[in-house]
This record gives sequence, structure tokens and C-alpha cells, in this order.
Amino acid sequence: MRKDYDIVIIGGGVIGCAVARELSRRKLRICLIEKGEDVCSATSKANSGIVHAGFDAKPGSMKAKMNLQGSRMMPQLAEELDIRFRRNGSLVLCLSEDGLPALRALYERGVENGVEGLAILTGEEARRKEPNLSESVVAALYAPTGGIVCPFELTIALAENAAVNGVEFRRNETVTGVSREDDGYLVTTDRAQIRATCVVNAAGVHADEIHRMVSAVPLHITARKGDYCLLDKEVGDFVSCTVFQLPSALGKGVLVTPTAHGNLLLGPTATDVEDKEQTATTAEEIAYLTRTAALSVRDLPLRSVITSFSGLRAHEDGDDFIIGEAADAENFFDAAGIESPGLSSAPAIGRYLAELISEKLHAEGKTDFISTRKAIPRLAELPLEERRALIAANPLYGSIVCRCEQISEGEIVEAIRRPVGAVSLDGIKRRVRAGMGRCQAGFCTPRLMEILARELGRPMEAICKNHSGSELLTGRMEGRK
Amino acid sequence: MKQHDLIVIGGGPAGLAAAVAARRAGVQDVLILERDHVLGGILNQCIHNGFGLHTFKEELTGPEYAARFIAQVKEEDIPYRLGATVISITRDKTVTYVSREEGLVQVGAKALILAMGCRERPRGALNIPGRRPAGIFSAGTAQRLMNIEGYQVGREVVILGSGDIGLIMARRMTLEGAKVKVVAELMPYSGGLKRNIVQCLDDFGIPLKLSHTVVEIHGRERLTGVTLAQVDENRRPIQGTEEYYACDTLLLSVGLLPENELTRALDVRMSRVTNGPEVNDRLQTDCEGVFACGNVLHVHDLVDFVSEEAALAGRNAAAYILSQLPAGDTVTITADGGVRYTVPQKLDPDNMADTVTVRFRVADVYRDRFVCVYCNGERIRRIKKRVLAPGEMEQVVLKKSELKQPLSSLRICTEVE
Repeated sequence: MRKDYDIVIIGGGVIGCAVARELSRRKLRICLIEKGEDVCSATSKANSGIVHAGFDAKPGSMKAKMNLQGSRMMPQLAEELDIRFRRNGSLVLCLSEDGLPALRALYERGVENGVEGLAILTGEEARRKEPNLSESVVAALYAPTGGIVCPFELTIALAENAAVNGVEFRRNETVTGVSREDDGYLVTTDRAQIRATCVVNAAGVHADEIHRMVSAVPLHITARKGDYCLLDKEVGDFVSCTVFQLPSALGKGVLVTPTAHGNLLLGPTATDVEDKEQTATTAEEIAYLTRTAALSVRDLPLRSVITSFSGLRAHEDGDDFIIGEAADAENFFDAAGIESPGLSSAPAIGRYLAELISEKLHAEGKTDFISTRKAIPRLAELPLEERRALIAANPLYGSIVCRCEQISEGEIVEAIRRPVGAVSLDGIKRRVRAGMGRCQAGFCTPRLMEILARELGRPMEAICKNHSGSELLTGRMEGRK
Repeated sequence: MKQHDLIVIGGGPAGLAAAVAARRAGVQDVLILERDHVLGGILNQCIHNGFGLHTFKEELTGPEYAARFIAQVKEEDIPYRLGATVISITRDKTVTYVSREEGLVQVGAKALILAMGCRERPRGALNIPGRRPAGIFSAGTAQRLMNIEGYQVGREVVILGSGDIGLIMARRMTLEGAKVKVVAELMPYSGGLKRNIVQCLDDFGIPLKLSHTVVEIHGRERLTGVTLAQVDENRRPIQGTEEYYACDTLLLSVGLLPENELTRALDVRMSRVTNGPEVNDRLQTDCEGVFACGNVLHVHDLVDFVSEEAALAGRNAAAYILSQLPAGDTVTITADGGVRYTVPQKLDPDNMADTVTVRFRVADVYRDRFVCVYCNGERIRRIKKRVLAPGEMEQVVLKKSELKQPLSSLRICTEVE
């Protein structure tokens, strides 16, 4: 039977989008199915935004390999996609003499993994580098290649670029079944039946459910919740490096880091949850994370918290990424268990899987692949003359909608009109940061809704915060037309 | 770069009154920059009445009150720009703004009046645990969606915080057919005006739960409910007092913050209590020629006092521009004994006007206290107050004639008996 696509990618997180972009270099018919209203709407939207140096994964593991490669690929990728990426360096703090052997072991592991430039600093040296560090820091592992990236920007830029290169994005569509059929797969969704030669499972915390639809090889994902606090940009330079504590069994512990956009971020906690949609923060976890973060630094400016949120990481029982073709299901490729350092590894996972698949399908390369993508202009960050010129060319850039982040209507309209464009308030927020500032969308919500309604040709009542069901309004007032 | 005598940043009640007063005091070249597409600021969405009792001796709605001042601006033929967002100001009084019509513009001025108003404190600042569904609005956002855009924001409502906008919205939503189940207030007293508690809650049978807060938010896509709990004297939730309220809307009325992003870049001295710049009795910041008034200076309860304060800023800016404002040494006004802050924070005893109104708020609810003013350590004023509350701004009017010269210290406090 004729196939609708060569490849169906399930999941529009950073991994699905990275795989899509890499595959779009070849002559292949590809679609990506995302159950959310937008790409980057689950694990990829709520994480630390760190590009890890790669010292903590077990040598020889997929995590170690992909992390190191991903971190090395990131500068070029960031340049191609015009996204922010900064090697701000990372520090792992040792807060008592007892921890020194573990810190030393981490250093050795990093060296074995091939991480460049690692050094163990004394407490004094660490404090000189990072003056707000706690007095109790006795030593620290410094990794100059640690970096920060905006996970929304990365995921959305990958998606946009993949779309420009021919990948079809099917958002707001949920995969309900995958079955073997002839020489390929039948993917059933809540809207359609799709036939494809090959399936990529990048379904995040749900990857085990998708995997079990076609494979008997055991794979089990636990959703591990992490709560975060985001602080105002006024304290964004409180630390310059990403500050970790020595890792524990549940992960890399609570970090204090600047974000790619200049805020300060604290988190995450690590709590295994039954419900894979359980993204509620709890008072206990927020208290734990602020208390723990306060051990790393002095006088943590908690007055400046502007929001808290939580995300789920997809933890696989074997504690490693599962990347590759399922042993008992030909042409079904997993990218499962992608927890930290998943964001760092995304470029490498995308390339690795795309190569495996292309080889399998004997796909030819394209000559017209477009490798670059321009970001939506960030007017607030431009020199005045450039800003003046842009407004002269497009007056919508002169109309400020989000006061806190100084985001103009022109930027917002572009976020909506781009390929794989924004369809919700959260979609706008993740593309251009309108509503992400200190007033948290108090002033711009009505304006953003109007612009969305106008651009999408939908009534105001249909405008959602994110998924359908999250409509903001409950109706028209009586007597209004 | 075009030069003006005076640029007023903000065309809300403060900016309008300031511009009019400056013009009437003799400054010809005044420019108002307003980021919205109409003048009047937040008053446009305040369609309830209760405005103007002090200024006009009658009860007006917000838009009516604004219209009076807009009419004065037009009478005086003061130029203004709409949809013009100021993106930066500098100490040498260069103002950069952007607008759809004009693009990016830089203008200079001899004096600036800051009148940018305030914004609502968001959910995030409270760190309420739970999910992040739709249906959580700051009260002013909901007010705008209803009163300006004409939409319903919800059917079953819980309001956190008893600030005035929240109280007004409790009544507004009830009148539009929504069920407002409860107003929860973290503090043991309301943050709003007594008259609003009576007219917006009591008259509609809406319960006000003092010393209560939202401890959890429920619902995936849209809000389905909130859990309230009582708090102890340290404002920590008391276990076992949790109560679930099904609702599709949570309005937050948990405080207003002066919007001083532009001011901060000027590097003027800011008050940690008001979150506004510190000013002297002419409402001048410590950057000469830069004046502030209205909610950007400190959050007011009544727009009438905003207008009064703004007019003073306007007159003083005019005097500065016309070189009639001598600069003398200032004395800091100390606020203590239950007085949280004063505006102005400083006073120039040699050059002060015959009377200076000092506005302040108290830290807690006090009964049967005295507001006292001490001058050089000696009490010169003792005013009996039956009730003092943080939600009601207080004022004392100081007469130049009653202040000791030379003035070395000035203190405002409350005292028991």
C-alpha cells in the first residue's frame, strides 16, 4: 500500500524536532505529530536550559557520548538557527571535606568522557570566580565548556527550519495506536490513519507507551518531576556560571544558573510521579529547592521570584538513553529515556538517528537543504539605529505590546505567521517572550489575545493559553455585539 | 534632536494633571507621551463610580473623571502622542520612545515628569503551588477584558487579596451573573478601602476570609478549583484548615507595584518601601529636574489625591524650568512608630511652600492612636485617630510657620495615648 510518509516522528519536543531537521536534509517525506497545540509543550519547555559539559554521565553510555557530541555541535547549530547560546561555564560545588573524593571522581569521569578544560578549584578560587558562592564551598569542579541555551528557542528554531525544509507538522493530534502493516507502520491518531515506512518514537514521558505498541523489548519510563523558580532579570547576574552541587542518585541536584535570556533560575527538584501529566508544583518541593539552592550561594534573592513551574523528565529504568531501532520492530526507532542531559544531546541524537534511518531507507541527500534560519528580530536588544530602521520598514515594530520585555506587535505577528507559528498565548511567550517578564502578562494578555484572534481568524473566545480546553474567556458580555 | 521644555511620561490621571498644571504655571512647550491608544490610563477600565469626590465634589466614573482632565489638556492645547512607548530616559533628560506612526524618536527636555503608574503583582511573586491552568487573572486584567473588550472571564470565582481592584471586580462579576464564592486575604485586615468592603462584598453577601490564602491551584487546561487555608501569625498555612472551592476563575488582587523600570535606569535613589523614587517636598527626585507623581511614586487609594499630587509636580516642574526653584539643603523625614513611609521623604525647610502635604501609610491596623510630628525632637503635632489601616493612605499638612528653624530633624510616627 502506498505510504503517506516515509517517516512519522511522534513527539514535537527538542528531540523530535532535532530528528526532523536532520532528516529534512534528505529526500524523504516526513511528518511530525505532536499532541500539544504547539511544539515544545512538555518536557522541552520546562527544564534547566543547560548545555552540560558532559562530565557526569557514565563513561561509554549513550548519555556520555551524545552529551559530549551535542555540546560540541551546539555553537554551530546556534549560529545556523540564530539562537542564543553561551558557554558560561559550570561549577560543581563541594560543600564539605567529605565530598572531596566524589568531586575528584567526577573530575576523573569527565576526563574519561573527553570533556575539555576541567579543573578542580579551591573554595577560594571558586569564590573569586563567582563571588556570591557560599562560604562553605571547600572545592569545586570547573567546566569551561558548560553552557546555557533557551530550550524554547532551540526547539522552535529546529521545528521552523525542519518545516522550511519540507517536514509537515501536525500539531494538536494525538497518536492512539501504532501497528505493523505490510512493510511499514499504520499510525492511528485521534484524527487520521497515517501509513509510513518508518516511525520515530520521541514521545518523551510517553515513549514507553508508544514503544509497547510495536515492541516487546522492555522499556519503562518514569516521569520524574522537577520544580523550578524563575527570578527577575534584575538578579540575572547573581551568578555567571551554572552552579551545581555534587550529584545524587536522583540527578544533578538543585542548580542556580543564569538563563539564556538573563533571568536567574533555581531548580529542579526530583520527585517520581505516577501521573505523566502531573506538572503541579508543591509547596514542599519549592521550599526544598529554595532551601537547597541557598546552600550554594549567599543571600539568595528570593524576593525576586517571578514565577515557579515544573517539568517532567523521562527517566528510563536502565538510566541511559535508548536510541536506535527496536530489536523486534524493524524501522521503528526509539529516542526514549531522554532526560538530562537530553537538551545538550539533542543535536547529536538528531544526527545519530537521522543517519541510522537514512542508511536504512537508502535516502539521498538534498541539494536544496536550507541550513540557516533567522530569528525573529529582538528589537529591545538591538542598537537604536537598527531598531529605528526596522520600525521604519515595519511600523508594527514600533507598537510595544509587552511592556516588561519591550516586545512589539511586529515580533508577535511574526511569531504567529512563521512556519509552525504560535497559536496560543504560551506559544507567543515561548517565541518572543511577550508575557514572560515581571508582570507575567498582566497588561499584555488582552492585546495578545486580540492579535492572535485577528491573525488566526478566530473569535476571542477561542483563544487559549495553551491546549484546547484552556480558553481564557467564557463568553461575550450581554448587550455586546 | 528636538527639545521640549517639559516631557510628561504617561497620560493617565497623574500625567494629565501634571501637564495641565505645568502649562497653567507658564510652561508653553509640554509634551505628553502615552503608550496606550487613548489618554486616561487605567481610569478607562474603571467604569464604577466613586471618583472625584474630593476634586469635583461629585461622584464620577473613571472614564468621566479622566474626561474632565482630558478636556483640560485639550483646552490648554497640550500636545500628546498616543501609542508611544518610552523605552529609555537618561540623566541628561533624553527620552527615547517608539510608536507606530513616528518610529523611533529621541527628544530632549529641560524637565521630566514621571507618571507611568503601577502594575499588579502577579501570581508568580506569590509562588502559589499547583498547576498553571487558564483562568487565573490579575484583577485588573479581568477588569480590562470585561469593561473594555466586553468579554466574560469566568462563571465561578474566587478572589485572592482584598485590594480595591479585587473588591470592585467581586461586585462587577456578580452583577454580570458570575458567582463570586469568597475573597481570601492573607493579612488579618483588608488591603482595600472600607467603603469598598461594604459596597462590593457586604452588600452582595460575598464572604471575606481574613488570614486565608490559596495553597493549591487545581485544573489542567482551565482552572477547576483552589484550596484555601487559614494562615498563622507568620502567614504560614495552618494544616488541617484546608478548604476546597470549585471555581473556573481565580482573580488576584495582591498588591500594586509602581512601574519604575525607566526610573531605575536613571539611577536615582529609590525607596525600598514604596518601590518608587525618593522625592523632596517638590516631588523632585535626586536627579535634578526629574519629578514624579501618582502611582509611580507610591500607590494611592484615591485618584483625587493622584491629581492633587500631580498638579504639585507640574507646578514645581514649571518653576524649575522657569528657574524659579531654588535648591536648598534637605532634611530627611523619618517614618517610624508604625508609619511605614512618607512621601515626600525629604523636605527643604528654607524653600518649602507655606504648606506641605506629607502622605503616608501605617504598618498595621491601629485603633485609638495619635499621629505625631516631631520637629527637632519636639512634638509639634498630635492628631487623634480612631482607626488607622494600611489600606487607607493618611496625610498630615505641615505648615512652614510651625517648623522650627533651623530644622535639623523631622519625624512622623504613631503613638498610643
